[in-house]
Amino acid sequence: MADEEQEQPGGLRSFWTGTITFGLVSVPVALYPATRGSAGPGLKMVDPEGTPLARRYVCSETGEELDYEDLVRGYEIEKGKFVVVSDEELEAIEPRKSREIDLQTFVPLEEIEPIYFERAYFLTPAGGSNKAYRLLANVMEKSGRAGIATFVMRAKEYLVAILAENGILRAETLRFQDEVRKPSDVGLPKKTKAKPADVKRFEQLIEKHSGKVNFREFLDEDAERLEKLVAKKQKSHVDIVKSGVQAEEDADGGEVVDLLEVLSRSLGGTTRKPARKAAPRKRSAVRKK
Amino acid sequence: MTARAIWKGVIKAGSAELPVKLYSAVTERTIHFRLLHEKDKAPVRQKMINPETGEEVAYEAAKKAYPVGRGRLVLLDDEELESLEPKESRDIEISRFVDPADIDHRWYERPYYLGPDGNTPAYFALAEALENKKKEAVAHWVMRKKRYIGSLVAEGGYLTLITLRNAEEVIDADALEPPAGRPLEKREIAMAEQLVDALTDHFEPSRYRDEYRARVMELIETRARGGKVQLKVFRPKTTKEDKLASALEASLAGVGKKKRAASGR
Repeated sequence: MADEEQEQPGGLRSFWTGTITFGLVSVPVALYPATRGSAGPGLKMVDPEGTPLARRYVCSETGEELDYEDLVRGYEIEKGKFVVVSDEELEAIEPRKSREIDLQTFVPLEEIEPIYFERAYFLTPAGGSNKAYRLLANVMEKSGRAGIATFVMRAKEYLVAILAENGILRAETLRFQDEVRKPSDVGLPKKTKAKPADVKRFEQLIEKHSGKVNFREFLDEDAERLEKLVAKKQKSHVDIVKSGVQAEEDADGGEVVDLLEVLSRSLGGTTRKPARKAAPRKRSAVRKK
Repeated sequence: MTARAIWKGVIKAGSAELPVKLYSAVTERTIHFRLLHEKDKAPVRQKMINPETGEEVAYEAAKKAYPVGRGRLVLLDDEELESLEPKESRDIEISRFVDPADIDHRWYERPYYLGPDGNTPAYFALAEALENKKKEAVAHWVMRKKRYIGSLVAEGGYLTLITLRNAEEVIDADALEPPAGRPLEKREIAMAEQLVDALTDHFEPSRYRDEYRARVMELIETRARGGKVQLKVFRPKTTKEDKLASALEASLAGVGKKKRAASGR
């Protein structure tokens, strides 16, 4: 998509830049993901000798190999029949104010049910003064409110809750109501009155097993076990291949971009912790408390 | 309407056990496009090739490897990868009950409804107890050969299980400094607070519709008939620092007018 993203030092682009408006106040912002892909580099496909494989697009009719420029997007209106839609056309039908997140309504944050939340992004001040940004963050955080709006990004409309935490604005995309099922939609039984004795028993259980969240529990155990196996094989020098060519999928991994560092810079400061270099995708959200 | 349960499990918390069924709480509505070859409008497929020889390698013939740096890879065979798979289990193990505020929305991935699978009164008793105690539970389970971590949350009297992202995926917000600058002016804070107050309402999800999705469907229909669409450009705008106070004042005046109009005065 031809988005007007900001090129950041370090190569990582913001997903979207635009303006938050509340009343007649405009706050220019850039949007960055607050989450990243899973842990570790993941498995690569290789041929039996260990040469990393590359992926190619092939025409299903002629079998010819295609470059990205040879591709268009199509919507299947009936079996095997496609309507081609271009990026320019998708952009052209964006709402006139598609670069604006217009906060016309603020709601108490706790009123939004958990099942609505889809994905989190950080918003950073983009261009000019950051005063309006700080003002909006200050007021929303103190009042515990979230601003609700819809906006279009990368050919998709998002319902979004803008909220502030520690002076930083976040955009949390929400599911639209028609994307969320109600208990009756899935056929859950009508609520029945629970026996007070049962409730009491569960309440005692909850009290007994309550505590602080231990974010170590949130580490990716599947990834850890894979890393352990790999380390073991590496130590015993089994099945290690050295390849002259890097897989093409590796090309973007050559320079690992630290999202945390990019965000810090974009917020106009530095990280509190020393900036981590290469392979930063390590247990970073685990608080050492 | 009744949806099919996608999985069955047993919640295990301390000595308590509660059999449940799992249902997806969301319905996918995104419009999906396929990549086509521009010249003949045929769908494309992907193939894997050896970049040295240019030859295609079938999926069955390919192996998996883990990169360990400097162009080196450790080969892994299917048996080794299978040995890593978690043991199948029906248990939804509760490790502890926590304050909902401790796990913020950034961790949320995908919500499921839990329905009772037998013991209906106990199901509603657990939901009620969670609501009374204002707690949610951290849950671990294995589903389709994958380990999951989730939050067991009571919502409107029903139990939901929301899968959570792994710690490696969530950026540590504590490490970020908020933007700094000269202190904000009291008058501006007061006006901004008034403005937010004036615009505060209840969360009404029915008010918002995915209009762009509808437009894309219209576009597809237009294009199917051979029609064309217009193109345009965008420029961002900023409120200048010295104009901030006046923009707030004007906004407040505007909100006041709307309110008066709405109340019929």
